[in-house]
Amino acid sequence: MMKKTFAVAALAAVMIPAAAFGQARDQIRIVGSSTVFPFSTAAAEAFGRQGKFKTPVVESTGTGGGMRLFCAGVGTGHPDMTNASRPMTKSEFESCAKNGVTDITEVKIGFDGIVLADKLGSAKMNLSRKDIYLALAEKVPMNGGLAENPYKTWAQVNPNLPNIKIEVIGPPPTSGTRDAFVELVMDFGCKDFPEIKAITDAKARSQACSKIREDGAYIEAGENDNLIIQKLNTSPDAIGIFGYSFLDQNKDKVQGSQIEGFDSTFENISSGKYPVSRSLFFYAKNAHVGVIPGIKEFITEFVSEKAFGKDGYLTDKGLIPLPDAERAKTRDSSVSMTKLAM
Amino acid sequence: MTDIVERPQGVASRGAALGVHATEEAQKRLKRRYASEWRFRAYGLTAILISITALAVLLWSIVGQGYTAFTATTMSLTVTVDPALADPGGKRAQDDLRTGDFQGIARAGLRSVFPDVKERSDLRALYTILSNGASDAIRDRVLDNPALIGQQITVRIPVASDYDMYAKGFAAKTPKGGESRLSPKQIAWFETLKADGKIHSSFNIWFLTSGDSRQPELAGVGGAIIGSLLTLAITLAIAFPLGVMAAVYLEEFAPKNRWTDLIEVNINNLAAVPSIVFGLLGLAVFLNVFGLPRSAPVVGGVVLALMSLPIIIIASRASLRAVPPSIRQAALGLGASRVQVVTHHVLPLAMPGILTGTILSMAHALGETAPLLMIGMVAFIVDIPSGATQAATVLPVQIYLWADSPERGFVEKTSAAIMVLLAFLLAMNAIAIFLRKKFERKW
Repeated sequence: MMKKTFAVAALAAVMIPAAAFGQARDQIRIVGSSTVFPFSTAAAEAFGRQGKFKTPVVESTGTGGGMRLFCAGVGTGHPDMTNASRPMTKSEFESCAKNGVTDITEVKIGFDGIVLADKLGSAKMNLSRKDIYLALAEKVPMNGGLAENPYKTWAQVNPNLPNIKIEVIGPPPTSGTRDAFVELVMDFGCKDFPEIKAITDAKARSQACSKIREDGAYIEAGENDNLIIQKLNTSPDAIGIFGYSFLDQNKDKVQGSQIEGFDSTFENISSGKYPVSRSLFFYAKNAHVGVIPGIKEFITEFVSEKAFGKDGYLTDKGLIPLPDAERAKTRDSSVSMTKLAM
Repeated sequence: MTDIVERPQGVASRGAALGVHATEEAQKRLKRRYASEWRFRAYGLTAILISITALAVLLWSIVGQGYTAFTATTMSLTVTVDPALADPGGKRAQDDLRTGDFQGIARAGLRSVFPDVKERSDLRALYTILSNGASDAIRDRVLDNPALIGQQITVRIPVASDYDMYAKGFAAKTPKGGESRLSPKQIAWFETLKADGKIHSSFNIWFLTSGDSRQPELAGVGGAIIGSLLTLAITLAIAFPLGVMAAVYLEEFAPKNRWTDLIEVNINNLAAVPSIVFGLLGLAVFLNVFGLPRSAPVVGGVVLALMSLPIIIIASRASLRAVPPSIRQAALGLGASRVQVVTHHVLPLAMPGILTGTILSMAHALGETAPLLMIGMVAFIVDIPSGATQAATVLPVQIYLWADSPERGFVEKTSAAIMVLLAFLLAMNAIAIFLRKKFERKW
């Protein structure tokens, strides 16, 4: 009995000093947005391939989750960088500062388009953001007030659209793509209706704009965009919402709809003509430079022309590059690690 | 029951003896009972058939989609290792050689195969056939033997994923109005290479040995397999002794009172706790309080150990209970102490059952992703871990990450990784069955 008790105690003792080797780290750690994940990992791999530094570890935690981890403090126990599919908010910046993370570099890496696509061979849609809002909102403006969404087909929303059932497969509310879709499409599409303008309470107004119907016309497909593409293939009338990189990889299966008359092409998103696109960022902790090897070199790799440039390998992965002048500016400010002020 | 039916009904004396069993109603009742028995059997058989069909469909779709990932399309390319590209400094130092433009060398090699391609846009289209692995293959050769600089060498390199997919017949038909991943020109070039005998299809050893990659043709489950093994080793090292010890104490030594009842209820409850909860615990305790590294198999192993502990305890207690009391009494009667009874007799006899339970709980732990999400093991990790404190991922996480990737080439990789995981699970279950058959004692 004694021998065994001892063995148990020894095991418990082994587990605690394990804490001691948690400290040294020679590998960059990146957390954050799942939208930036494909680009961040591609850059990390290319960086690791050069063989001087270890390949950074990239975790996909979502923008908000990444910010929380990033802002938790300075030191090797905390990540060095976080990816974001939106700029850092003021409150996140303050929570960072409270934990001693005051010296941050912000790098804007490019754009990501959100596309609405359907199966190849189906009717190609030309939608406006107003149409999309009317088709997908839970309550729509009608006769001076808000009413339960009565629209069943696209033709009811706008007579110019084909007479097919409204069936949209998109991301769930937990997804960053959904947030961006609501902000860029729904909020924009609703703002000109007099009924919406008449709502004085800001909270109720944004609720009216951004609440998506739950009567089966909008189908939440989970966070897997490949799944949405698979579903589009089996239901020709459905429209899917996902990131541009998935359209780019599946052009032999699906076609992007036009929005406000513009195709969701690389050129249109890049020039800003295609309206549903957002900027992507990453943030780095300047205090970790020199502590964790390779941070500066990794940033340099990320903002090099062969990575996030027009013909870079990140554009092959579906990133829409910044305009030339902005790219040069970003490169200067990020390589010199200019401190973010807010 | 059957004899009743088989009795000849016509014999009068017998008929009288049978009495109530021979009436018309009795015959009907009998018929109904047979029918209900037949139905009952049919239900059972249907249930089994449905499960077998579901399993077959699942395996069929996974194997059908994934088996192609075990072959790789490679290309033999003859290149001249241009000193100006490989080592512009001319010092032949290993560090300088690492940063040489080996992709440029590969491109020059490809250009020499197609001297007619001159247009810049055409060249760009041609280069897409080269995987990023091309530069690695040449770099490795040159780093091993710097004397190769300036000479002509032939390397076997994987082709880029789109061409690999084409060679495997996945990209064959494109619906009208769609854009194929490859242009007709690119396909023509590829066919030329094929006709020249430069394209080979061989067993994809990379898939089993290399780490994750964003290029489907270079991605492998090697890192995930090592990560899974490290994690499971730690899980086993913690959960097995703790679980067996707890079971032995509760079964052989503990007094039966309210406290042990309480403990027992809690162990049973713990076995039913959703695994994500253990992940949250790992995050709160091991990462935040003890400061253990994120994404490390050591933390994953401890978390999974906590998760499989109750299952091991329950299985161990059941097999300890199955050892007949006569064994204990005999040993005690011969003067053995209680510790000797347990260590010399009860535990060895219960071991096959305990090991079976342990292996099944390990198989369960092998398939877990949810608790690992919280402790950062759901991550893109290229380097193959060399220790339990290094960042690592595990097989089911690798499957999850690939299933979510936009690149088409990851579809077959996902299914192939599932096949690898299933192979591991089958092997573990086979060991469990073997142990049971080999050592089990019947009383």
